[in-house]
Amino acid sequence: MKLPAFLLTLSVGVLLLIASLELPEWGESNSPASSHVSPHYIEKSLEETSVPNLVTSVLADYRGYDTLFEIIVIFCAGITVLTVMRRTFISKVKYSNPRPDREDSDIILQSAARLLVPVMQVFALYVVAHGHHSPGGGFQGGVILGASFILLAVAYDLKTVFKYFNENSILLLSVVGVLIYAGIGIACMFLGQNFLSYAAFAKLPGITEAEAHSHGMLGVEIGVAITVMAIMFSLYADLSSSGDLDEGL
Amino acid sequence: MDEFIHFIISKYNYWMALVLLLIGLYGMISKNNLLKKVISMSIFQSAIILFYISISAKKNAGIPIIEHGYNGHHGNSHVVIDAANYVNPLPHVLMLTAIVVGVATLGVVLSVIQKINQVHDTIEEDEILRSMEE
Repeated sequence: MKLPAFLLTLSVGVLLLIASLELPEWGESNSPASSHVSPHYIEKSLEETSVPNLVTSVLADYRGYDTLFEIIVIFCAGITVLTVMRRTFISKVKYSNPRPDREDSDIILQSAARLLVPVMQVFALYVVAHGHHSPGGGFQGGVILGASFILLAVAYDLKTVFKYFNENSILLLSVVGVLIYAGIGIACMFLGQNFLSYAAFAKLPGITEAEAHSHGMLGVEIGVAITVMAIMFSLYADLSSSGDLDEGL
Repeated sequence: MDEFIHFIISKYNYWMALVLLLIGLYGMISKNNLLKKVISMSIFQSAIILFYISISAKKNAGIPIIEHGYNGHHGNSHVVIDAANYVNPLPHVLMLTAIVVGVATLGVVLSVIQKINQVHDTIEEDEILRSMEE
């Protein structure tokens, strides 16, 4: 198995090496990838959407459909893990638990986590809300929020976290995030435009067209953040306790 | 000699991504342990992410965030924004979503591996095949 694999890898490597000679020079500003659609994004984004962070405006506006289905993929993955890890299927097989008995509590870890978690959560909210003007956005903020819950679960145990954030609310929030995203799209349709064309919100009083794009994007990012947070924590909870949701690592 | 060094510099970013990609590919094919296969898959994925990010780079260009005060508020711009001053945002967007989706799919893979381990008591591929034949 080793030698054929090595030969295959080597031949793929040689082919790709030959192909790489045809690639544009690294850092060339008029390479094919940067010369068709991206100049429009860069030059017109601020005018059309009033969002200075181009990554956010491309993510949530120009390619809104892409991101919508991206979070549906994440949602489906979370549901799949929940379903696979349930105990009911293979309850006959007793899984011998190799986990060592946990120490009672680690005071340094727990105090540090208690200090860090609020800071992380506030920072995550900042990353979500300020994603239009600085690096950040729904995915990043959602992952930081999820990480704060994971930190809490590592320092204490899963049961402690489930007191505040139980399985039902995980499921509820992951659905709510997707629904916020899709709902904003459908709201655009009710205002007489296509699905996810935020320009429709300009019909509401006091909003210019560019601002309508910006506000629509903020709503979408909040939806993304909620789903990503819930799914990240649910992945950790299910994987670390092999579906029991009792103790975790 | 100068030309040769210029050639190396203009390509080495792609080659580093290529090396990582080959490490991942070799691991996915040759390793017997399912967990090692998954790790190789992650390395493969990182290589592709690095490749895309190197495509987006431009010389003397800044991050793809337009500076504040560069032009007027809410779209009434007077200053023309030059695309050469900002790196290409499109690969960044694609890879941003790819990273998060990668984490989600990794979760699915790990949960399936845990189930396999509970049923077969091993995650070595040949041992699983043997125990399935019995």
